[in-house]
Amino acid sequence: MSHASSAVEGQRPGHGDAHGHAHSAEHAKYSFLAHHFETPAQQFDSAKLGMWLFLATEVLFFGALFVGYAVLRSRFPEVFSYASHYLDTVMGGINTGVLILSSLTMALGVYFAQRGKKLALIICLWLTMAGAAGFLVIKYFEYSHKIHAHLVWGPTFYIPPHDEANAAANLGQAPVAPTTAAAAVAVVPIAGTPAVDASVIRPANAGPAGISPSAADHSLAATGDIIPHEMPEAHLADPAMPPNTHLFFAIYYAMTGLHGIHVVIGMVVIGMLIYRATRGDFGPNYYTPVDLVGLYWHIVDLVWIFLFPLFYLIH
Amino acid sequence: MTTIEAPRHDILDTTATGDNYLTHSRGFLSWALTLDHKRIGVMYLVAVLGSFLLGGVFALLLRTELLTPGRTFVDADTYNQFFTLHGAIMVFLVIIPSIPAALGNFVLPIMLGAKDVAFPRLNLASFYLWIGGALFTLYSLAVGGFDTGWTFYTPYSTTTTTGGVIPVLMGVFILGFSSIFTGLNFIVTIHKLRPPGMTWFRMPLFLWALYSTALIQVLATPVLAITLCLLIVERTLNIGIFNPTMGGDPVLYQHFFWFYSHPAVYIMIVPGMGIISEIIAVHAHRHIFGYRFIAYSSVAIAMFSFIVWGHHMFTSGQSGLMNTIFSLISFSVAIPSAVKTFNWVVTLYKGTISLTAPMMYGLAFLFLFTIGGLTGLHCATLATDVHLHDTYFVVAHFHYVMMGSALIAMIGGLHHWWPKMTGRMYHEGTAIAACVLVFIGFNLTFFTQFMLGSQGMPRRYYDYQPEFQTYHVISTIGAYVMAVGFVTTAVCLIQSLISGKRAPANPWGGASLEWQCASPPRHDNFEHQPTVGDCYNFAPVVWDEKLQGYVVDRALDTDMPHASHGSHSHGGGHS
Repeated sequence: MSHASSAVEGQRPGHGDAHGHAHSAEHAKYSFLAHHFETPAQQFDSAKLGMWLFLATEVLFFGALFVGYAVLRSRFPEVFSYASHYLDTVMGGINTGVLILSSLTMALGVYFAQRGKKLALIICLWLTMAGAAGFLVIKYFEYSHKIHAHLVWGPTFYIPPHDEANAAANLGQAPVAPTTAAAAVAVVPIAGTPAVDASVIRPANAGPAGISPSAADHSLAATGDIIPHEMPEAHLADPAMPPNTHLFFAIYYAMTGLHGIHVVIGMVVIGMLIYRATRGDFGPNYYTPVDLVGLYWHIVDLVWIFLFPLFYLIH
Repeated sequence: MTTIEAPRHDILDTTATGDNYLTHSRGFLSWALTLDHKRIGVMYLVAVLGSFLLGGVFALLLRTELLTPGRTFVDADTYNQFFTLHGAIMVFLVIIPSIPAALGNFVLPIMLGAKDVAFPRLNLASFYLWIGGALFTLYSLAVGGFDTGWTFYTPYSTTTTTGGVIPVLMGVFILGFSSIFTGLNFIVTIHKLRPPGMTWFRMPLFLWALYSTALIQVLATPVLAITLCLLIVERTLNIGIFNPTMGGDPVLYQHFFWFYSHPAVYIMIVPGMGIISEIIAVHAHRHIFGYRFIAYSSVAIAMFSFIVWGHHMFTSGQSGLMNTIFSLISFSVAIPSAVKTFNWVVTLYKGTISLTAPMMYGLAFLFLFTIGGLTGLHCATLATDVHLHDTYFVVAHFHYVMMGSALIAMIGGLHHWWPKMTGRMYHEGTAIAACVLVFIGFNLTFFTQFMLGSQGMPRRYYDYQPEFQTYHVISTIGAYVMAVGFVTTAVCLIQSLISGKRAPANPWGGASLEWQCASPPRHDNFEHQPTVGDCYNFAPVVWDEKLQGYVVDRALDTDMPHASHGSHSHGGGHS
């Protein structure tokens, strides 16, 4: 790095005593050059190094979840090979393709920004935006299909809805229902799980929320008579389902959910780029934001490229 | 004294009547929206010292409760909240941001010879993230507090009924990002904003320490962030990843937590070590011994910090093989730490020691860090740790390191750079008296806790056997003495703002760049780009009677181009 930076220093013309004065020739020439940088190259290199460091933090941010995945999978390999069948490989595959294409359009956007091709840049950014939106739409269909089939995290995974109305009510309270239900079934060992000290260590008491009557009904249903043929959920009727299968979906939602949040953030920053590109901010001298968002977008894609095989292609 | 007509920019810069960063603009918004690293540093300083007061009050409350076995003045649940709040506030709001974000922000660009950090807006954003995190933490107090301990161990943290757990988790999550962005900013600044002549091995050792710290901040903190996210999701949505009744693994939480929180211990101590390197060399007026060894040892500590976290979990049921490996690597941390300590002591040897307040803190650091570091070896030893784990011995050990070392270094650095930051000199005698009080109080408080711990007193307990009471009483008295010392320090520093005499540009005789700009510095730090030399070569630093301060006479600087070779041979001699 020190070599790179000294190379930058070497390019600085007339550096020296002029430093102290607020506006050198470089500052007069480039309006975007911040006062504490000497040259546009120095400013660009700093921004790029900062972005790479931020991407390093992103890798570690996701990294802990990948470790969690590895721990759970090594502990319950049968759960992962079984539950992976419930994921839709076609949809996941299409999504992978969509994201890779959007990475291509993003890279082309950087290319056109460097060459000052404003219209081409704007088109590429819109295409990238469309890719991101398309990914989320497909993801929405995947998620909603799974939630309808009760392929969710936590104890709700094992609670069959008696009828459509009940299921809808349960879904309507999405964030609350699993929690309260969990409280009610806290001491009931989850289907097939050996009761490991369940009486000693209890799961979440659901914090401040109380137990709503409807949720209590659900939990009673769960603990009551389970009649396999009355259940629409394939996994509940399947005697071959290994214990702790809910954990696969817990880590699936955690990782793809966090990735989805990153896609949303990506759409926001790409939207800001579109605004600035339309205004004409970018050209051969200054395209730093396009470059940095490009790097971010590639890492979001890269995370998905790891997630796809790890969840969809392991059976 | 020789008078030299060579360029003496430093003298031009010392005109205290000129414009400086404090008077550059006025009004609340000129501070709240400032992008000036110096003002952001000062705002951090005020915020961190305010939190230090709050955390200190909780410390005094919990020590008071421990005066007698059983109830002294609060019930057990309140006591649990006291020690939790003391720990969480001191760790996340005080020590982690204290040196890098407060002092580092002020000093780093000036020491480097730059006009600002690489990303000034990000710097301000970090500060407001800190404020946001602090507000969440205070909010958690309003909604019932939390009693999980600062470690938030599962399953207790997912089942406790105290209402403030989720707000404080969010607060710490936000504080983590504040810390990440500060670290990121510093790394880029040191890589990209070094002026001509400022090579890596001409940087003051404080910058090496901040750089190493920043590496840890950037690489470790995201893991804490995702862990806290998982904990929030676990508590609200019951996903079960940390819940053993659902097939999850609470020990996984401990691994994740300590993967951050052990490196975080070095986020606290490494910048403190950097300050000590400056204080010892400047106030002993002697070239730092083994410059490269101290610089590399900071980086080495940063590297080691990532592979020792398992020593917090020797009793968690971790495999014997892992325990052995973690124990071995933990011992290795002693090597770079000892390299530093030996080099500081050798720097003092035959130095011209000025017993100023910063130097007193520096000497206190050497003493306390040696105790804190060596007792760390007891805890890293597998068989002894089984006995000492979760006792007051561990409490005493990490207070010697986190408070006796990191915070003492921070207060020492505050005294060292106070004239630079405020342009005022404090009363030296009062500051030294306060330092002595803190030192005595500290040892009274925590040395007794080594005894308590080795005799089996568990940490975090509300009640205890009557036989422990003598130690507890001494410890509490020590805490009060320390409090008096810190109040004296505060009075001394505040008094200097009101009636302290004006500080010269270079009151201590330092040779690094921050002593070559005015006190307080100009808005853009330097009037002229300063000449970069060996920042530990004190030969050209001479006392100027007229200015009542030191000046750097580069004409006396005969070996400047070979400065780094000189220090290298010192280092070589050490090995």
